[in-house]
Amino acid sequence: MSDHTHGRGGAATEHFVSTAPFDPYTIDELTAEQERYHMASQWRMMWWRLKRHRLAVVSGAILLVFYLSIVVSEMLAPYHLHTRHTDFIYAPPQELHLFHEGRFIGPFVYGFNYRINIENLQREYTEDTNSVHRLRFFCHGDEYKFWGLMQASFHLVCSAPTGTLFLLGTDRLGRDVLSRIIYGARISLTVGLVGVTISFLLGLTLGGLAGYYGGWVDNVVQRVIEIIRSFPALPLWMALSAALPVTWSPVAVFLGITVILGLIDWTGLARAVRSKLLALREEDFCTAAVLLGARPSRVIGRHLMPNFMSHLIASATLSIPAMILGETALSFLGLGLRPPITSWGVLLTEAQNINAVALYPWLMLPVIPVIVLVLAFNFLGDGLRDAADPYKAG
Amino acid sequence: MFSFFVRRLLVLIPTLLVISILIFGIIQLPEGDYLTSYIAELESQGEKVSKDQIAFLRQQYSLDKPFITQYFTWLTGMLRGDFGYSFEYRIPVSEVVGDRLFLSFLLSFSTILFTWVVAFPIGIYSATHQYSWGDHGLTFLGFLGLATPNFLLALVLLYVANVVFGTSVGGLMAPVYIDQPMSWGKFLSVLEHLWIPVVVIGTSGTAGMIRRLRANLLDELHKQYVITGRAKGLPPFRLLMKYPLRMALNPFIADIGSLLPEVVSGAAIVSIVLSLPTTGPMLLAALQSQDMYLAGSFLMFLSLLTVVGMFLSDLALAALDPRIRLHGGLRR
Repeated sequence: MSDHTHGRGGAATEHFVSTAPFDPYTIDELTAEQERYHMASQWRMMWWRLKRHRLAVVSGAILLVFYLSIVVSEMLAPYHLHTRHTDFIYAPPQELHLFHEGRFIGPFVYGFNYRINIENLQREYTEDTNSVHRLRFFCHGDEYKFWGLMQASFHLVCSAPTGTLFLLGTDRLGRDVLSRIIYGARISLTVGLVGVTISFLLGLTLGGLAGYYGGWVDNVVQRVIEIIRSFPALPLWMALSAALPVTWSPVAVFLGITVILGLIDWTGLARAVRSKLLALREEDFCTAAVLLGARPSRVIGRHLMPNFMSHLIASATLSIPAMILGETALSFLGLGLRPPITSWGVLLTEAQNINAVALYPWLMLPVIPVIVLVLAFNFLGDGLRDAADPYKAG
Repeated sequence: MFSFFVRRLLVLIPTLLVISILIFGIIQLPEGDYLTSYIAELESQGEKVSKDQIAFLRQQYSLDKPFITQYFTWLTGMLRGDFGYSFEYRIPVSEVVGDRLFLSFLLSFSTILFTWVVAFPIGIYSATHQYSWGDHGLTFLGFLGLATPNFLLALVLLYVANVVFGTSVGGLMAPVYIDQPMSWGKFLSVLEHLWIPVVVIGTSGTAGMIRRLRANLLDELHKQYVITGRAKGLPPFRLLMKYPLRMALNPFIADIGSLLPEVVSGAAIVSIVLSLPTTGPMLLAALQSQDMYLAGSFLMFLSLLTVVGMFLSDLALAALDPRIRLHGGLRR
């Protein structure tokens, strides 16, 4: 509190002590609003500033929905990940209707009329406006093991008992694309998080060492960063993931890929940590801590880190999109995740040839959640970065 | 300036050396070697491979030597211009890659040029018309380019070009020119086919460049010398071009460094999708079949491209901005 400074005016010629009772708060009365503002912690202020960034808040909400969805993927998806509908191969998306012949009957889809065009041997599906399949909600459908533990069959929405529900069409084995996208979210969303955790730990440790100790440690870390940065990332990812043994289980491959993504990404974070530490270690409060006998780990962790943690989180948020895109690209090339593990990148391998684009464009739909996710992370990261800047007005 | 040049050049050598060690380590990582997969393939076709034959092949390809020896053979060979022997193609690597390296280089170079040409006017417009609809729209487009996976954009553009222009646009030249010596017609054909990969690879880099130029220019525009210039009655366009823009130009040069790895990465995957005769598809195949000298030389070349690019951008920056030159010499 700055109230103590108020008593000291100019030098009085004669020593004078007022006997009147003194209440410092009468001089500089803070309104409740000001009080709240001045006493707020760093994180609370960051939150206030972030709230004003509308795009960032919306993005955050979208991400929250995405991440909540992976908790209950099995229930959200109308079908199981591997259910094949052999009668409906490459079926186009079914449109959702509300009115049948001018009458409101709730959400439903029309059935398919199906024939094979003999001339070009293509499957042709048309809407059969006579068969109305009303959707069921909170229903029992495909069996699944919830989180691989509990046997269950509850779904949020199912097709009519005799009908189908392919809101985003089916693939070459007749699997529902929407269900697969919902299941794929689980992997695609966690790849970025695990990868960023690895790169965060590496960046924090190495950047911290370089920035705090300087000297040869700094030099070595700097050179390593420079070398890693001069590699083109994707070819390096390709080489490393080609090195993952074929005999590994899909889960091990998943972990391997995230480690690879993290191993190459930490350099940006390490640079940020280093430059911040270089500046901060010259500050008086740091010298004071050292003189008081604090060990380096305490100086870094307790005194220096809080100063740039918010920045770090912002830049970590900004580096997640690159990892998600990286995983998608690797899986697309067949070097990344392998079925039965399903990520959006794995789904996109189905759309690898020009045929898919021309005849079955709905196979490219998994790209939409990828784009939304990457955009959301970018906007949220931008918002966080602005909010984390303590010297910004407001 | 000269000492800066020399110092920067000397740093290149250990950097490239470490990179070569890393690359060789990485391509040796997979279990087994080319011969194991080759033998497995032969056996799956029902052919018998005798022990003697295996030992002979192993010796011929010096796969029986220890890691260090293999590495030094490869390294010293590269210094002499001998990039090793491709197991898959059974000819020296340099003969396999020849044209591809040039086309990769051409592709990267055109992409960077494209990025500049597009990002420059858009960045200036966005900064001078901050928060206008044009600014928001262009920024959004840029973000979209950033967020769309390159390979999918390539597929869609390929399809669109096929339908709209009615030409086959896969590859990097019309089929008649493949394996033909360079000619004017071939050159034109390459240009005609180049735009799709250039646009596709360029999109993500362009978005980043626009944002950086916009941010830099905005910082400059709020400085006092701009107000002074305006108060003295300089025409707005001339004022913009002569002072703040020049200050904001640094990222264009500095970004070659960060742009190059990005462009090379993008080129690798896009060229696989578009089946361009550049390094990407061959690198993928070489990695998968453990054709180690081919893969290693490709990786080395791609890294060399970025390292030298960064070196050139550093030089250009130092030439443009004396502060950077001085900074390099001041070490605590």
